[in-house]
Amino acid sequence: MSVKLSTRQVGDVNVVDVAGRITLGEGSSALRDLLRDMVGKSQKKILLNLGDVSYIDSSGIGELVSGFTTVTNQGGQLKLLNLTKRVKDLLQITKLYTVFDVHDDEAAAVRSFA
Amino acid sequence: MRRGALTMGKNSRAVTETIERFLDSTLESVDDAEELALQEAEKAGVPEDDLHKIAMAVRESMVNAVVHGNRYNAHKKVHLSVTKSPAEFVVTIADQGEGFDYEHLPDPLAQENLLRHSGRGIFLIKAFMDDFQVRRLEPAGTEVTLVKHLVSK
Repeated sequence: MSVKLSTRQVGDVNVVDVAGRITLGEGSSALRDLLRDMVGKSQKKILLNLGDVSYIDSSGIGELVSGFTTVTNQGGQLKLLNLTKRVKDLLQITKLYTVFDVHDDEAAAVRSFA
Repeated sequence: MRRGALTMGKNSRAVTETIERFLDSTLESVDDAEELALQEAEKAGVPEDDLHKIAMAVRESMVNAVVHGNRYNAHKKVHLSVTKSPAEFVVTIADQGEGFDYEHLPDPLAQENLLRHSGRGIFLIKAFMDDFQVRRLEPAGTEVTLVKHLVSK
Protein backbone atom coordinates (compact mmCIF):
# COMPACT_ATOMS: atom_id res chain seq x y z
CA MET A 1 0.00 0.00 0.00
CA SER A 2 1.31 3.41 -0.88
CA VAL A 3 0.27 6.80 0.34
CA LYS A 4 -3.20 8.34 0.13
CA LEU A 5 -3.51 12.11 0.27
CA SER A 6 -6.70 14.11 0.60
CA THR A 7 -7.09 17.80 1.20
CA ARG A 8 -9.78 19.83 2.91
CA GLN A 9 -10.09 23.42 4.00
CA VAL A 10 -10.75 24.50 7.59
CA GLY A 11 -11.08 28.30 7.67
CA ASP A 12 -8.04 29.54 5.78
CA VAL A 13 -5.98 26.48 6.68
CA ASN A 14 -5.48 23.65 4.21
CA VAL A 15 -5.48 20.32 5.98
CA VAL A 16 -3.84 17.37 4.22
CA ASP A 17 -4.94 13.99 5.55
CA VAL A 18 -2.10 11.58 4.87
CA ALA A 19 -2.64 7.81 5.10
CA GLY A 20 -0.37 4.87 4.36
CA ARG A 21 3.36 4.86 3.71
CA ILE A 22 5.58 7.84 3.01
CA THR A 23 8.54 5.95 1.59
CA LEU A 24 10.96 6.30 -1.30
CA GLY A 25 9.12 6.17 -4.62
CA GLU A 26 5.46 6.88 -5.11
CA GLY A 27 4.73 7.78 -1.50
CA SER A 28 7.29 10.52 -1.04
CA SER A 29 6.98 11.95 -4.55
CA ALA A 30 3.17 12.22 -4.23
CA LEU A 31 3.56 14.28 -1.06
CA ARG A 32 6.25 16.45 -2.67
CA ASP A 33 4.07 17.13 -5.72
CA LEU A 34 1.04 18.00 -3.62
CA LEU A 35 2.94 20.44 -1.38
CA ARG A 36 4.54 22.16 -4.38
CA ASP A 37 1.15 22.41 -6.03
CA MET A 38 -0.39 23.95 -2.91
CA VAL A 39 2.38 26.52 -2.54
CA GLY A 40 2.02 27.31 -6.25
CA LYS A 41 -1.65 28.08 -5.62
CA SER A 42 -0.70 30.34 -2.69
CA GLN A 43 -2.07 27.86 -0.17
CA LYS A 44 0.52 28.58 2.46
CA LYS A 45 -1.14 27.54 5.70
CA ILE A 46 -0.72 23.81 5.57
CA LEU A 47 -1.52 21.31 8.30
CA LEU A 48 -0.33 17.77 7.61
CA ASN A 49 -2.46 15.24 9.46
CA LEU A 50 -0.19 12.19 9.82
CA GLY A 51 -2.54 10.22 12.09
CA ASP A 52 -3.00 7.40 9.57
CA VAL A 53 0.61 7.18 8.43
CA SER A 54 1.73 3.62 9.08
CA TYR A 55 5.32 3.99 7.99
CA ILE A 56 7.80 6.68 7.10
CA ASP A 57 11.40 6.09 6.00
CA SER A 58 14.36 8.47 5.66
CA SER A 59 13.11 9.52 2.22
CA GLY A 60 9.73 10.38 3.73
CA ILE A 61 11.40 12.36 6.50
CA GLY A 62 13.32 14.18 3.76
CA GLU A 63 10.07 15.09 2.05
CA LEU A 64 8.61 16.47 5.27
CA VAL A 65 11.74 18.59 5.76
CA SER A 66 11.77 19.77 2.14
CA GLY A 67 8.07 20.59 2.33
CA PHE A 68 8.68 22.54 5.51
CA THR A 69 11.51 24.59 3.98
CA THR A 70 9.64 25.14 0.70
CA VAL A 71 6.54 26.46 2.47
CA THR A 72 8.54 28.50 4.99
CA ASN A 73 10.70 30.08 2.26
CA GLN A 74 7.51 31.19 0.50
CA GLY A 75 6.36 32.93 3.66
CA GLY A 76 3.97 30.16 4.66
CA GLN A 77 3.64 27.72 7.53
CA LEU A 78 3.63 23.94 7.52
CA LYS A 79 2.63 22.19 10.74
CA LEU A 80 2.13 18.57 11.75
CA LEU A 81 -0.91 16.98 13.39
CA ASN A 82 -1.54 13.62 15.09
CA LEU A 83 1.87 11.97 14.97
CA THR A 84 1.88 8.24 15.59
CA LYS A 85 4.39 7.00 18.16
CA ARG A 86 6.66 5.69 15.41
CA VAL A 87 6.72 8.96 13.51
CA LYS A 88 7.18 10.93 16.72
CA ASP A 89 10.09 8.69 17.73
CA LEU A 90 11.69 9.12 14.30
CA LEU A 91 11.42 12.89 14.46
CA GLN A 92 12.87 12.87 17.96
CA ILE A 93 15.94 10.76 17.16
CA THR A 94 16.61 12.85 14.05
CA LYS A 95 16.24 16.02 16.16
CA LEU A 96 13.45 17.26 13.88
CA TYR A 97 10.70 17.16 16.49
CA THR A 98 11.54 20.67 17.68
CA VAL A 99 11.90 21.97 14.12
CA PHE A 100 8.26 21.28 13.35
CA ASP A 101 5.26 22.79 15.13
CA VAL A 102 3.50 19.60 16.23
CA HIS A 103 -0.11 19.39 17.42
CA ASP A 104 -2.43 16.72 18.79
CA ASP A 105 -5.67 18.65 18.49
CA GLU A 106 -6.90 19.78 15.08
CA ALA A 107 -8.94 22.75 16.25
CA ALA A 108 -6.04 24.07 18.32
CA ALA A 109 -3.67 23.46 15.42
CA VAL A 110 -5.90 25.43 13.04
CA ARG A 111 -6.12 28.29 15.54
CA SER A 112 -2.32 28.37 15.88
CA PHE A 113 -1.86 29.60 12.31
CA ALA A 114 -1.34 33.35 12.46
CA MET B 1 17.61 -17.82 -7.07
CA ARG B 2 17.04 -19.27 -3.65
CA ARG B 3 19.29 -21.08 -1.29
CA GLY B 4 18.85 -22.14 2.27
CA ALA B 5 21.25 -23.68 4.73
CA LEU B 6 20.77 -25.34 8.05
CA THR B 7 23.46 -25.88 10.61
CA MET B 8 22.60 -28.71 12.99
CA GLY B 9 23.65 -28.72 16.62
CA LYS B 10 24.76 -31.76 18.64
CA ASN B 11 21.20 -32.48 19.65
CA SER B 12 20.09 -32.29 16.01
CA ARG B 13 18.19 -29.08 16.66
CA ALA B 14 18.67 -26.42 14.01
CA VAL B 15 20.70 -23.62 15.55
CA THR B 16 21.15 -21.37 12.57
CA GLU B 17 19.25 -20.93 9.37
CA THR B 18 20.25 -18.77 6.43
CA ILE B 19 18.02 -17.62 3.62
CA GLU B 20 19.51 -15.94 0.57
CA ARG B 21 18.08 -14.00 -2.33
CA PHE B 22 19.61 -12.37 -5.39
CA LEU B 23 17.43 -9.37 -6.12
CA ASP B 24 17.08 -6.98 -9.02
CA SER B 25 18.10 -3.38 -8.55
CA THR B 26 14.56 -2.06 -8.25
CA LEU B 27 12.39 -0.42 -5.61
CA GLU B 28 10.20 -3.55 -5.68
CA SER B 29 13.23 -5.45 -4.37
CA VAL B 30 13.41 -2.99 -1.48
CA ASP B 31 9.84 -3.90 -0.50
CA ASP B 32 10.50 -7.63 -1.04
CA ALA B 33 13.63 -7.61 1.14
CA GLU B 34 11.89 -5.69 3.87
CA GLU B 35 8.95 -8.10 3.83
CA LEU B 36 11.21 -11.17 3.92
CA ALA B 37 13.28 -9.80 6.79
CA LEU B 38 10.13 -8.92 8.71
CA GLN B 39 8.64 -12.39 8.22
CA GLU B 40 11.84 -14.13 9.28
CA ALA B 41 12.29 -11.85 12.28
CA GLU B 42 8.76 -12.69 13.39
CA LYS B 43 9.53 -16.42 13.04
CA ALA B 44 12.74 -15.92 15.02
CA GLY B 45 10.75 -14.50 17.90
CA VAL B 46 12.12 -10.97 17.63
CA PRO B 47 10.19 -8.74 20.06
CA GLU B 48 7.46 -6.56 18.58
CA ASP B 49 9.34 -3.35 19.32
CA ASP B 50 12.35 -4.53 17.34
CA LEU B 51 10.45 -5.81 14.28
CA HIS B 52 9.82 -2.35 12.90
CA LYS B 53 13.42 -1.31 13.59
CA ILE B 54 14.79 -4.30 11.66
CA ALA B 55 12.34 -3.73 8.80
CA MET B 56 13.32 -0.11 8.53
CA ALA B 57 17.08 -0.80 8.77
CA VAL B 58 16.74 -3.39 5.98
CA ARG B 59 14.71 -0.92 3.92
CA GLU B 60 17.29 1.85 4.30
CA SER B 61 20.15 -0.54 3.49
CA MET B 62 18.33 -1.88 0.43
CA VAL B 63 17.67 1.66 -0.81
CA ASN B 64 21.38 2.41 -0.46
CA ALA B 65 22.25 -0.77 -2.40
CA VAL B 66 19.69 -0.27 -5.19
CA VAL B 67 19.80 3.51 -5.58
CA HIS B 68 23.29 4.59 -4.53
CA GLY B 69 25.21 1.33 -5.05
CA ASN B 70 23.83 -0.34 -8.15
CA ARG B 71 22.11 2.85 -9.39
CA TYR B 72 19.11 0.86 -10.64
CA ASN B 73 21.43 -0.97 -13.09
CA ALA B 74 19.47 -3.93 -14.51
CA HIS B 75 22.69 -5.92 -14.88
CA LYS B 76 23.60 -5.62 -11.22
CA LYS B 77 22.08 -7.64 -8.39
CA VAL B 78 21.67 -7.17 -4.68
CA HIS B 79 22.58 -10.19 -2.56
CA LEU B 80 20.38 -10.45 0.51
CA SER B 81 21.14 -12.90 3.29
CA VAL B 82 19.07 -13.40 6.45
CA THR B 83 20.54 -15.57 9.19
CA LYS B 84 18.65 -16.61 12.30
CA SER B 85 20.23 -18.13 15.37
CA PRO B 86 19.13 -18.26 18.99
CA ALA B 87 21.55 -15.44 19.81
CA GLU B 88 21.06 -13.01 16.97
CA PHE B 89 19.23 -12.01 13.82
CA VAL B 90 21.64 -11.00 11.06
CA VAL B 91 20.94 -9.45 7.67
CA THR B 92 23.64 -8.82 5.09
CA ILE B 93 23.01 -6.79 1.96
CA ALA B 94 25.63 -6.60 -0.77
CA ASP B 95 25.52 -4.52 -3.94
CA GLN B 96 27.80 -4.49 -6.98
CA GLY B 97 28.31 -0.75 -7.13
CA GLU B 98 31.36 1.43 -6.79
CA GLY B 99 30.80 2.07 -3.11
CA PHE B 100 31.04 5.24 -1.12
CA ASP B 101 32.83 6.51 1.94
CA TYR B 102 30.82 5.40 4.96
CA GLU B 103 33.44 6.79 7.32
CA HIS B 104 32.98 10.43 6.44
CA LEU B 105 29.25 10.97 6.15
CA PRO B 106 27.91 14.35 7.30
CA ASP B 107 26.31 14.24 10.76
CA PRO B 108 22.54 14.54 10.16
CA LEU B 109 22.11 15.86 13.72
CA ALA B 110 24.45 18.82 13.21
CA GLN B 111 22.55 22.09 13.22
CA GLU B 112 23.66 22.96 9.68
CA ASN B 113 22.42 19.58 8.39
CA LEU B 114 19.08 19.33 10.20
CA LEU B 115 17.07 20.65 7.27
CA ARG B 116 18.87 18.68 4.58
CA HIS B 117 16.62 16.56 2.38
CA SER B 118 18.74 13.41 2.66
CA GLY B 119 21.55 11.86 4.65
CA ARG B 120 19.65 10.17 7.51
CA GLY B 121 19.59 6.55 6.26
CA ILE B 122 22.83 5.27 7.78
CA PHE B 123 22.17 7.20 10.98
CA LEU B 124 18.79 5.48 11.35
CA ILE B 125 20.27 2.03 10.63
CA LYS B 126 22.86 2.54 13.38
CA ALA B 127 20.18 3.80 15.75
CA PHE B 128 17.91 0.81 15.12
CA MET B 129 20.38 -2.08 15.08
CA ASP B 130 22.75 -3.42 17.75
CA ASP B 131 25.64 -3.69 15.32
CA PHE B 132 26.34 -2.34 11.85
CA GLN B 133 29.36 -3.28 9.74
CA VAL B 134 30.42 -2.18 6.27
CA ARG B 135 32.83 -4.07 4.04
CA ARG B 136 34.19 -3.27 0.59
CA LEU B 137 33.92 -6.18 -1.82
CA GLU B 138 36.36 -7.09 -4.59
CA PRO B 139 36.31 -6.33 -7.45
CA ALA B 140 33.35 -4.05 -6.74
CA GLY B 141 30.54 -3.67 -4.28
CA THR B 142 29.65 -2.87 -0.71
CA GLU B 143 28.33 -5.29 1.89
CA VAL B 144 26.57 -4.11 5.01
CA THR B 145 25.80 -6.37 7.96
CA LEU B 146 22.94 -5.58 10.31
CA VAL B 147 22.76 -7.37 13.65
CA LYS B 148 20.02 -7.50 16.27
CA HIS B 149 20.88 -9.45 19.43
CA LEU B 150 18.14 -11.78 20.59
CA VAL B 151 19.54 -12.74 23.97
CA SER B 152 18.12 -10.83 26.90
CA LYS B 153 20.29 -7.90 27.84
